[in-house]
Formats: sequence, structure tokens, C-alpha cells
Amino acid sequence: MKLWKRTVNVRVGLLYLLPSIILFGLFVFYPMAKTIYLSFFLTNQNGLPVYFNGLENYTFIFSSDEFRNSMKATLLFVVYTVPVSVLIALIMAILANEKLKGVGFYRTIFSSTMGISVAASAVVWLFLFHPSVGAFNNILKTVDLPAVQWLLDPDWALLSVSLTTIWMNIGFNFLVILGGLQNIDESLYESATIDGAGYFTKLRRITIPLLSPTLFFIITISLINAFQSFGQIDILTKGGPIQSTNLVVYSIYKEAFVNYQFGTASAQAIVLFGVVLIVTILQFKFGERKVHYQ
Amino acid sequence: MERVKLENVKKSYDKQTEVLRDINVEIEPGEFFVLVGPSGCGKSTMLRVIAGLEEISAGSLIFGEEIVNDIHPSKRGITMVFQNYALYPHMTVAENIGFGLQVKKLGKQLRKEKIEEVAAMLGLSDYLSRKPRQLSGGQRQRVALARAIVNEQPICLMDEPLSNLDAKLRAHMRSELRRLQKKLGFTMIYVTHDQVEAMTMGDRMMILDKGIAQQIGSPMDIYNYPENTFVATFIGSPPMNLKKAIVQAGAPAIRLSSTITLSVEAELLEKLPDSVIFGIRPEHLVQPVEGSKIYKAPVVNVALLGNETLISLDLDGEEWICKWGGQWHYKVGQSLEFSINEEEVCLFDPETEKIIQKGMKG
Ligand SMILES: Nc1ncnc2c1ncn2[C@@H]1O[C@H](COP(=O)(O)OP(=O)(O)OP(=O)(O)O)[C@@H](O)[C@H]1O
Ligand SMILES: [Mg+2]
Repeated sequence: MKLWKRTVNVRVGLLYLLPSIILFGLFVFYPMAKTIYLSFFLTNQNGLPVYFNGLENYTFIFSSDEFRNSMKATLLFVVYTVPVSVLIALIMAILANEKLKGVGFYRTIFSSTMGISVAASAVVWLFLFHPSVGAFNNILKTVDLPAVQWLLDPDWALLSVSLTTIWMNIGFNFLVILGGLQNIDESLYESATIDGAGYFTKLRRITIPLLSPTLFFIITISLINAFQSFGQIDILTKGGPIQSTNLVVYSIYKEAFVNYQFGTASAQAIVLFGVVLIVTILQFKFGERKVHYQ
Repeated sequence: MERVKLENVKKSYDKQTEVLRDINVEIEPGEFFVLVGPSGCGKSTMLRVIAGLEEISAGSLIFGEEIVNDIHPSKRGITMVFQNYALYPHMTVAENIGFGLQVKKLGKQLRKEKIEEVAAMLGLSDYLSRKPRQLSGGQRQRVALARAIVNEQPICLMDEPLSNLDAKLRAHMRSELRRLQKKLGFTMIYVTHDQVEAMTMGDRMMILDKGIAQQIGSPMDIYNYPENTFVATFIGSPPMNLKKAIVQAGAPAIRLSSTITLSVEAELLEKLPDSVIFGIRPEHLVQPVEGSKIYKAPVVNVALLGNETLISLDLDGEEWICKWGGQWHYKVGQSLEFSINEEEVCLFDPETEKIIQKGMKG
């Protein structure tokens, strides 16, 4: 009875939290627990655990060349896409934030890739990359350069997919960074102008420091997104050629839904989760120090 | 040190409405010059035009002998304190103060000395390593001030720097600013919409309304000799009492209300049109004086302020206020006897609203 009274606050609090607890539970916590559970089992074709395997699944994937290769491809993909897409978006946002005529038009154009789904943009790029009728090879032809097998050459495929991804990410990054820029008080620049600060001094001493929380946010989001890329891989390369674009999430998908190895697929998912977690923690630990919050 | 001169300066943001219309003024070196006017009259615009943050649409801005219309803000020898202070939130107080010096590539040691000197002058020495958000409003204001004076420019522009402070701190900062300006001797151009601030701080002031300079002069000149009805009511609290009055050529007299008529000398009568706007400040509606004419009007309100009393009178439907020293316990509806200090009467033209005559003597 006493306990019932004492916990009244907790109960009321839980009641308020109930909707999100249910949603998170259903779509996040339960699948995650299930994944961890499955990662210790061998499964049958229906995905039902049939044999407890202990850590075998983990030792298996760590010793498999295929998985190591796909981790390597994923890391390379992250390195190719994140810095470039943030940097390009930053430059475009700085340009679009200038008070120039017709700048609203460019703002719309620059942010437009945000409104296009991954599937749609991947299909567009599929055409651009087409070996014979694609725009890129046509351009190369007009300047007398040899054609490139963008998506079919193992040396090029990851770069091509990265290029597509960068293009897709720019819209969102641009919009968020532009929002951050517009939050900076104009009078700070005016004051600096009167003090004699030039364009680059203002950029370095005012814009970048005051934008750092936004940049930090964008980099975190981009990193996580890059680790989880799937749609463009599925449409452009299906992980090929010779596994060169077999990013981890795509490899998980293949393992689970093509090979019906839910156990090893789950183990891969858990490893990916661990990697993203560690990267994010590291970023907060070292990156956030340089961030100035208002 | 240089004189600041505006010649026929016009400014329009959209090429249609003029925010500043034909401003002509000369500001002397070392002067504390106040720009005052109601909200939206163009004060900030004028300051920004002087700073070079806005382009001039027509006319010329002259510093000394040089036209500076197209000179970059950093080359004009000015500093500016913004209304919101514009402190860099990510820099410490010391970095904020030293920003301009650093941009001008001053050596580290010299910079440190100057920062410390100015900080000491403004009582900021203990806060040098803090960020602006860890300071109180008054301290931030002082940082903004320090940042302006550390650059040792001959002209300092301030846009309503005290408006974010509470009344007590504001009064304190007024005198501090004034003292500092006199000590360092720079020219101050100071924007405010607060007429008390304008009256107490300025050597001279300019009253701006709808982009037009209404009057330029020392605070007391403007108070005593307002050039038009706008200035008469804008400066002074409570404002000057105004009422349309009919000039009677036969008597000769000015008929202010059904019960109040003032006789006029013939010389004055010649200058007056058929009707005038009659103006008198509340403190010049005095207690009945022996030997001068005594008028009567019903009391509609009494405000006792302790050291003085504001008595509102009804003059044919218009409310006039008298300001008498001391405490006066009149009742609403009672009839008040008073005299008019005739030397202080202002007569304005009802068409142009410009002053025709000060005092009732021709
Ligand atoms: N950048 C701008 N673009 C267009 N119009 C502007 C701009 N800045 C100011 N104005 C207009 O110019 C007029 C004068 O503005 P200003 O800021 O100079 O007024 P102010 O006297 O400083 O008023 P306040 O006391 O409220 O600060 C206003 O009508 C305002 O709407
Ligand atoms: Mg203003």
C-alpha cells in the first residue's frame, strides 16, 4: 500500500511516456534485442533460431574475407563521402548566404536534392553512369578521353557510388548549414567590418566558430548515414563488381534475405552498431571540445 | 580631430520612400552630439550612413575636408557601439576588446597592455577571461564600450546603448559615458529615443522626425525655443500644452477658450494670422501672481508626485497640465485659479506649425 503511494510520481511519469515507450519498444528496442539474440544462433530458412551457436557467428565473420572487405569498403565510403559533402555544402551555403540578386533561386536549387528520394536519384545517376549513352562518358568522349566503366570497373565503382551519395547529401547539409549561417547576428559582421576585418578574417574568426555546433551536428548525422547507406548500392551496383561496393548494410541484407543466414547477418549488424557507436562517442569526446555553444 | 558634416544627405532603402530627407548638420570635434526622435524616424539609418554601413542615396558626408561617401567603414576613423552590443559570443572579454587591435596587427604585448588599461578604466579587469554570456547586462555594455574606445578612433557612434539596462544602471551609465567622453575627448554621436537622455547628455542635439531634421541646438535652446509644435511636444515631460486660439483684432486679444482671453499688444498683433496655436509649458501655468491676470478652469485630475503636483485642467474639452511645486490637494471639479507666465508663451502658425513668436511682448 505504502509502495503504491510512494511511486505515484513514477507511475504518472510512465503514463506520459507510454506512447513513446511503446513506439520505441516496438520499432527500436525489440528489434535490437532480437538481433542480439539471433546473432548467437544458427537459423533455418524462416529465420527461426534452431541451434545455439555461442560466439561462433562472430568468430566466423571476423575471419571471413568477405566481411573484412565490406568493412574496408564501408570505411573508405565514409572517408570519401562525409568530408566532401560537408565541405561542398558549407561552401555553397556561404555563397548562398551573401546578399546578392537572385540568390533565392540558388538557395532553392541547392537544397533541391533534399526533395528527391534515394531511389529516384540513384536511378538518375544510373543513367548518367551508363557506359555508352551516359552523360559522363559522352563528356569524356568529346574531350577525347577514354570511356570509364563507372559502375562496372572495381576500381571506379566505389568512387562512383560515393559521388552519387555526395550529391544526394548536399541538399540536406546545405539547408542545415544555411540555417546556421542565418542565425549569426549581422551586427557581428558589421562591427568586424568597422574594425577593418576582411572577408576571410570574418569567415575564420566569426562564421566558422559560430557555425561549429551546426557543423558538428551535420558531421555526426552524415557519419551515421554513410555507415548505413543502402538504397543507392542496391540500385547502382548491388554490391559489385567483385564485392567492391559491398557496404556493410548491403552485406547484411544479402546475408539475411538472399542467403537466409540470419545469425551471421545479425552478428554483422551488431558489429556495425558497435562501430557506429564508437565513432560517435569518439566524435563527441574529441570533436565537441572545439564546438562553441551559444 | 575632424568635423563631421552632412550636406543634403538623403537615404532611401527602396528608391521610393525616403528615410532621410535632406539632412544638413555639422558636428564639431569633441562634441557630444545626440540624435533623438520617435521610433522609426531614421536615427539608426543616419548613424549607419555616417558609419558607412549604408550607402548614401544623395548628398555628401564630409569628415574634415574630405568627402567620405565611398570610403570603407574601417578607413573613416570611427568606432561603433551597437544597440545589442554585438559582442562575439565565442570570444572572451579580452578577445572581444582586442579584436580590432588584432585585426590591425598590433603586437601581442602592446595589445595586452591596451586591453588591460581600458579594462581597468571601465572596471572590467576581473572579467577579462569570461565569455559575454557570463556577464550581466551592464557589464556587457561596458565591454562594448571598452571595445569601442580601445581602438582610439576620433569618432564614436552609439545606437541606443543604454536601452537594455534598468533605470538605475542607465542613470549611472549616462554620467559614466559622459565623463569618459569628456576625458578622452573623442567626438560622440549618440542615438536615443529617450528625451531625458538627450537633454542630460548632449552638448547639442538634433531632433529627427520622419527623416527630417526638426531642430538642431543645445538642449536648453531647444527646450526654451522650440521651432515647431513637434519639437515642443517631443521635448519636455509632461509635454508643452497646446491649443488652437483665435486672434481677435478688435480687442486686441487672443481668445484661448470661452473663459480665457489674453490681451495682445498692437505690435504683436501685426505678426499674427487669424488664429494661432497657443503653447505653454506646464511649469509656466503658475499659482496666481499678484498684479497679473488670474484665470480659472475646472480641475479634471490631480497627480501628486510628492515633490510636485500635476494638475489637469479642462479648457473647452482639451486637457492642459500645470506643474506646481509641492503638494496640492485639489478635488476634481473644483475650479483652479492660475496665472500664465506670458514671457514663456509660444505662438505657432496653425498651417505650418512653425513658431511665430516667443513671449507676448512684440
Ligand atoms: N534595411 C532596411 N530596408 C528597408 N527599410 C528600412 C531598413 N532599415 C530601416 N528601414 C526603414 O527606415 C525607417 C527608419 O528606420 P530606422 O531604423 O533608422 O529608425 P530608428 O529611428 O532607428 O527607430 P528606432 O528608434 O525604433 O530604432 C523605418 O521606417 C524602417 O522601416
Ligand atoms: Mg534604431
